[in-house]
Amino acid sequence: MANHDIDITIRRGTVHALVGENGAGKSTLMKILYGMQKPDEGTITVDGAQVTFSSPADAIAAGIGMVHQHFMLADNLTVLENVVLGGEKLHGIGSKARRKIKEISDAYGLNVRPDALVEELGVADRQRVEILKVLYRGARTLILDEPTAVLVPQEVDALFDNLRELKAEGLTVIFISHKLGEVLSVADDITVIRRGTTVGTADPKHTTTKQLAELMVGSELPSPETRESTVTDVPMLTVDALRLTADDADGVVREVLAGIGFTIHKGEVLGIAGVEGNGQTELIEAIMGMRALDGGVITLDGRDVSRTSTRKRREDGIGYIPEDRHRHGLLLESPLWENRILGHVTEAPNSRKGGLLDPKAARRDTERIVREYDVRTPGIDVTAASLSGGNQQKLIVGREMSHRPKFLIAAHPTRGVDVGAQAQIWDQIREARREGLAVLLISADLDELIGLSDTLRVMYRGRLVADADPATITPEELGSAMTGAATGHLEHNQNGEGR
Amino acid sequence: MRKFDKDRLLLGLAGPALALVVAFLLTSVVLLLSGRDAIEPYQLMVENAEFTDVQVLILNQTGTYYLAALAVAIGFRMNLFNIGVDGQYRLAAMVSAVVGASVTLPGPLHILLIVVVAMLVGAFWAGIAGILKTTRGVSEVVATIMLNAIATALIAWLILPANLGVQPAGSNDLTTGEIAESGWMPGLDVEGGTVYGFTLVAFALGVVYWFVLNRTRFGFDLRATGASESAAQASGVDAKKMVLTAMLISGAVAGLAGMPLLLGQTHTYSLSFPVGVGFTGITIALLGRNSPVGIFFAALLISFLEKTSASLDTYGYEKEIAIIMQGLIVISVVVSYELVRQYGLRRQQQKVGEELAAQARKTKKEVAA
Repeated sequence: MANHDIDITIRRGTVHALVGENGAGKSTLMKILYGMQKPDEGTITVDGAQVTFSSPADAIAAGIGMVHQHFMLADNLTVLENVVLGGEKLHGIGSKARRKIKEISDAYGLNVRPDALVEELGVADRQRVEILKVLYRGARTLILDEPTAVLVPQEVDALFDNLRELKAEGLTVIFISHKLGEVLSVADDITVIRRGTTVGTADPKHTTTKQLAELMVGSELPSPETRESTVTDVPMLTVDALRLTADDADGVVREVLAGIGFTIHKGEVLGIAGVEGNGQTELIEAIMGMRALDGGVITLDGRDVSRTSTRKRREDGIGYIPEDRHRHGLLLESPLWENRILGHVTEAPNSRKGGLLDPKAARRDTERIVREYDVRTPGIDVTAASLSGGNQQKLIVGREMSHRPKFLIAAHPTRGVDVGAQAQIWDQIREARREGLAVLLISADLDELIGLSDTLRVMYRGRLVADADPATITPEELGSAMTGAATGHLEHNQNGEGR
Repeated sequence: MRKFDKDRLLLGLAGPALALVVAFLLTSVVLLLSGRDAIEPYQLMVENAEFTDVQVLILNQTGTYYLAALAVAIGFRMNLFNIGVDGQYRLAAMVSAVVGASVTLPGPLHILLIVVVAMLVGAFWAGIAGILKTTRGVSEVVATIMLNAIATALIAWLILPANLGVQPAGSNDLTTGEIAESGWMPGLDVEGGTVYGFTLVAFALGVVYWFVLNRTRFGFDLRATGASESAAQASGVDAKKMVLTAMLISGAVAGLAGMPLLLGQTHTYSLSFPVGVGFTGITIALLGRNSPVGIFFAALLISFLEKTSASLDTYGYEKEIAIIMQGLIVISVVVSYELVRQYGLRRQQQKVGEELAAQARKTKKEVAA
């Protein structure tokens, strides 16, 4: 793939961070190290012995374990069952296994309860179970793929404490992240990958995030700051008393959204902070019309759209950058130009009057998007699946922006996107906002949220529990509200007008 | 990047080629194991196909199979498995034969009436499965299998002389009565026989199928739903409506599958009307990768096997060899397509990576220069 001349040496007992642009080849390198892909040439040496991995099993045998970005746990099993699953031969499935788990948990301060059901665990706990799973299989080197993407700042700190414990016990951690600040705070060594090759190493003690970013993309570190206000007093989207219920696994009706109300004006970015799984997904789906409301009214540009179909809402000017681009934003096995049509099949240039597609115009416009939004691809006939995550995201952003939305839902718009593309996407949102775009921003990246938003709300268990002024709030303060510890107006810590 | 198109075409052909070679080899193994010549049956079949009357038989059979396979393919394109094409086709043929035999209209109108009734009945029968799926979440696979069985029983009951059937004098077959001549569709007289008029309509439908899928919004929505239901829904497709519509269209086309034979030759539905056309349609749709051209060649191949194997008995070979081969084709098609698909995806990702790396190296050099 995109890797050539990769040289990387990782010292035992250190946390080694790997940073680089999207499509730079980080994930390919990780796949090679974990035996999921074979290198065309070159060697891997572990503890002085040269090894070749033809499957993850080989890598595990050599003491390398991987914690994936997306957790691979069975919700309906206990922690113990999840850990021994597939590793039954190691320590059995009974008391011996439980003892071993306790032992590992205590040794590295993971604080894992073997008999808890995984579905009852929070994100941070699940991550610790994943780490434990890898250690249980005897890993001495851990690869962590963007482990902080789903965590709030307090949880990130706890994770870093765990990593330091691991390091102290002589284990090695390879840490992939886009968040340069985090990298600098936890890593002992940093390797930068650019366009498939290692371009340099950095010493975190003598490097600033700015220098690191320059090394990565050869440009200045972008910031999501957006201080000059473009907020008007013309409401674009109003959500009032929104209520949504869902049946859970046991058939009990649960309220997933309760009494949600907010107004986004033209030129305003409303940011919603919250730990994933607190109703953000449902809120987006309700606004998009993918779920029927159980109560409440959604008004877009003065018109009640509560019962309008998704397609009509999109035609009326809702743009959508979905949180899960593979599930909701792309047809992975279709070519790029067909992906350009997706979601806008009834609109120009994709189709003419009378229900007929216009593939020629759609292709031409795809070429334009690829050019203007810097989608790195050899052509528009390749499938969406063959692009890297960041380039897929650029295509989606390009597609949505091309239809001049009045209102944009941006869910994690820069997740898994490198620094360069991140700046570009922020610029595009800001640009459109100046022209009167209203944006609902949902992000796990608190810096992004604080930097881009004009107004901030915190979502917790299906309710908007707190609001904050992005000009003064810190990520830590926001983080504590996200765990439900603080409510109301956050700035003065009093009961403000937040609901 | 035309190169990727060419790649895709080559890979597209690699799948069926691989499947056919494997099926052919496995059939030979079966022949050898049963102590027979592994080559001669094929020779006999090819020789057989040189007779013009066999060629006409093959072509007409291809038309019928083409329609059945299109019906299946419409479902496949959006991940719906309409196993009930067979029941839809038989019920549609029977009811339209009854309606056709009960009226006399000026030529084209009579034919049109029969065709429309067949489409409506097919759509109705498939629509039951569609409604069950959209309202109750019943898998269309289960529902259509059940509906096949129900159709069989329903036809057996309806065709009783006490109900709608007729027993011709001196025969123990049951029919639905003869359709008046105004309801016969003229065919193309060629050396060796008559090509049914509806066979040509069938191939024309292939063009319609291509156009609707690739050039209309509806077709795009349908394909998008098949490629990713969640993405299609987010893009504004009403998934339930789409499921129902696709089932109705699939059933309507299935209803047409009986038309070449009914309008062109038998002019009545009888107990000897072919059974299993819908299932062969599944094989063909799989082998033809749901593409109108692919389905044509697949239908041609299966018809060839079927019609040329008929006389193998006289040379001491069982004609079931062709059935064994069909079965092996299905298995090898499923396996080889998945292999080729995965290989293609991996290869493309690799190529994209390489090209980007090459571009990157080039710009680097330019900067350096």
